[in-house]
Amino acid sequence: MLLQLHEPGETPAPHADETGLAVGIDLGTTNSVVAMVQAGKPEVLRGEDGRGLMPSVVCYGEDGSVVVGEHAREAILETPERVVSSIKRLMGRGLEDVKGLAGTLPYDVESAPQGGMVRLRVSGRVLTPVEISADILRAIRGRAEAALGRAVDRAVVTVPAYFDDAARTATKDAARLAGLEVLRLVNEPTAAALAYGLDNGAEGLYAVYDLGGGTFDISLLRMEKGVFQVKATGGDAALGGDDIDHAVAEYFLAERTANLGEQTITAGEAKQALMVARLGKECLSRKMGGEWMIEVDGKPSRHFLDRATLDRLATPFIERTLEICRGVLEDAGATAADIHGVVLVGGSTRMPLVRAKVAEMFGRPPLSDINPDEVVAVGAALQAEALTAGSDTLLLDVTPLSLGIETMGGIVEKVIPRNQPIPVAMAQEFTTYQDGQTAMAIHVVQGEREMVDQCRSLARFVLGGIPPMTAGAARIRVTFAVDADGLLTVSAQETTTGIEQHVAVKPSYGLGDEEMARMLRDSLENARDDMDRRLFTEAVVEARRSALAVGSALAADGDLLSDAERRAIDEALAAVEAAIAGGDRDTVNGAVEDLETATKGFAEKRMDRGIRQALAGIAVDHLDEALSDGE
Amino acid sequence: MRLRRIVPRLTMTVSVAAPAVISCWSCKGPVAARALFCSVCGAVQGPGDIDHFTRLGLGPGYDVDLDALDRQYFGFQRRLHPDRFAAKSSREKAFSQQQATALNDAYETLKDPLKRAAYLLRLAGKPVDLNSSATISDPVLLMEQMEKREAIAEAADVAEIGALIAEAEAEVAGCQKDLSAAFAANRQGEAAQLAVRLKYLLKLVEDARSRKVRMAGR
Repeated sequence: MLLQLHEPGETPAPHADETGLAVGIDLGTTNSVVAMVQAGKPEVLRGEDGRGLMPSVVCYGEDGSVVVGEHAREAILETPERVVSSIKRLMGRGLEDVKGLAGTLPYDVESAPQGGMVRLRVSGRVLTPVEISADILRAIRGRAEAALGRAVDRAVVTVPAYFDDAARTATKDAARLAGLEVLRLVNEPTAAALAYGLDNGAEGLYAVYDLGGGTFDISLLRMEKGVFQVKATGGDAALGGDDIDHAVAEYFLAERTANLGEQTITAGEAKQALMVARLGKECLSRKMGGEWMIEVDGKPSRHFLDRATLDRLATPFIERTLEICRGVLEDAGATAADIHGVVLVGGSTRMPLVRAKVAEMFGRPPLSDINPDEVVAVGAALQAEALTAGSDTLLLDVTPLSLGIETMGGIVEKVIPRNQPIPVAMAQEFTTYQDGQTAMAIHVVQGEREMVDQCRSLARFVLGGIPPMTAGAARIRVTFAVDADGLLTVSAQETTTGIEQHVAVKPSYGLGDEEMARMLRDSLENARDDMDRRLFTEAVVEARRSALAVGSALAADGDLLSDAERRAIDEALAAVEAAIAGGDRDTVNGAVEDLETATKGFAEKRMDRGIRQALAGIAVDHLDEALSDGE
Repeated sequence: MRLRRIVPRLTMTVSVAAPAVISCWSCKGPVAARALFCSVCGAVQGPGDIDHFTRLGLGPGYDVDLDALDRQYFGFQRRLHPDRFAAKSSREKAFSQQQATALNDAYETLKDPLKRAAYLLRLAGKPVDLNSSATISDPVLLMEQMEKREAIAEAADVAEIGALIAEAEAEVAGCQKDLSAAFAANRQGEAAQLAVRLKYLLKLVEDARSRKVRMAGR
């Protein structure tokens, strides 16, 4: 069928038979959740045990086995050295970043041969955080496929709003390794607001307070009639419930070493103390106190913890989140009194201390009628549905952190400030510093500080081919563009000569293209098939677009053609359809090229008629999509 | 590092009379130069080189109804945002991203009273650089700002600083009214001076507000 009509801008009905299902995934520091909209309702997809949460924990066996989830978490007690948890904290991080977390990471880390993203040594393997996250995503995908009985190959994946470019890219790479096409990276608080707002018909300015295992985000959103407009966002990508667990674990270990008269703490003791600390903390959300036991190498120790002690240990971390909240309110030009409601997200918001402090800060009890562990995945599922099946809701998100360039003296020149609605593109002009200078080193950084060394390095590249001129004569326009996923691309142009550079941005803490390609080969048993299939799907989308466009043109201006001309075009269209059915990408691309050739004369006739009509002052109205009304 | 920032050259964009009809990239037929979608094949078009007011379907001028601005912006984004094109071909995705980027640029510029003033001055061929000038050249404005800043710095409590904020806000409103009149009467020289004054008044309000928040937080 060729003359398929659809409204401008409307997504044609998806071909359900060709592609797998699209789900929403909350890839958390502590737990991950997957959900999907079924029959118009978002549902969390549960494992055989009926649980929605899958611990983001991976156990690498000596035999090469990979176990993810509850069983991996249990393995911490038996074989702590083979278990990796909280890997999200290392996404897009270098060894230098990780040193700041020294002692809090229960595994060996090392730097890549040429710097770049940190690597972990586990069970005789060296793994990047991207590969470990991919293992979690593979397990999540498996859970979804088991629950749905269908293939799943596309997903909306959530990330903390405060994730920088390197961490976002790493997350997208991990999904690719797990065989998932990322439809969109959505910020966690925004996803939560989507789930919450659609359920409750909320209107006005809302704050989403998201305290997870390893990250803290606060977003202020305006919600109204299907529009979710983020006004300001802030957070800390290394602040969460894990920090409280560590504080409690340290408290326990100090008691234990004192009681047993020991000088050193083994890695096994540290891991078990951490696990017991987490259990204790969670238990105290319901009870006022309790006693826990740590037993390593046959040496037991008992530890008492009450609510007051836990609150004392947790207070510095909660205070830090409130400080960030105040900054975000200021960014949005709002006060706590302007906030219509506060939505709590993340398991750590179960702590009574968090609830009390947030209520005190915003002067109202927070809302938590959707399970705070599942609300982000539910929002991601809603967005996956909106992207694949169409929707009237609109998510307008912002850049979480300023993006800039290093200039003389290590000072950062901001190109895109924080809290700009995305997608966004902004440019800044720079010039040369020396006579005859033909190349320029460009260092892209992210952060709010004025000095480069206090910001995060995203990428470095050299812009070459600048025509030699006197110092200050060249005009180099550097454009930063952030897409709807929050990912940055940089381009540069010398404007006096028009020389444009396709810059190869080398991510400071990312994976190189080659490395990524190798991982893809290694990780997917049928990587080749998978890649071929994806390229074919892309070719088909493009071919269908071409065929539909020609079909529409024939319906509008078919009278311009002789019977013979018409027949030639119809044959070319039939050839495209046949090629799609044939399943070979090159044939499809060839048929599309032939169609272009076959319609060339037709296009010229149509343009002639259009221009004639425009000159005659007629029929321009029917060509002109009304610009006066956006509704 | 060998980089030096250049203050952007604020030359006016000379709008060459664009042909009313161009060729649709998708179906290759005629399409109005400003159309968002091709009326024949429905493909999204590139954003084109149009001013921010036209892009958002608003009349030009300093007075902008912010509710109408929001309505228009949301309406256009609903149709052009990349989320609407997730299942489309890569070229349609790219055009949608360009359209949404242009809409965000227009919205951010027109929403902000200062950026809006600077933009109107640029359209009129009388650009002012409101980003760089750290010093105030007008002695009257300088004195006034110094006095007000001193008052805010010396405010003893939240109530006192609140009163100063209210006062400054009233002046912001007055300055915007004057700007509107100056633009309406085509007095760009006066508008440029008022824009500089507005910049300092807004900064004053902002600084006073953060001082108030810090005082209240203690």
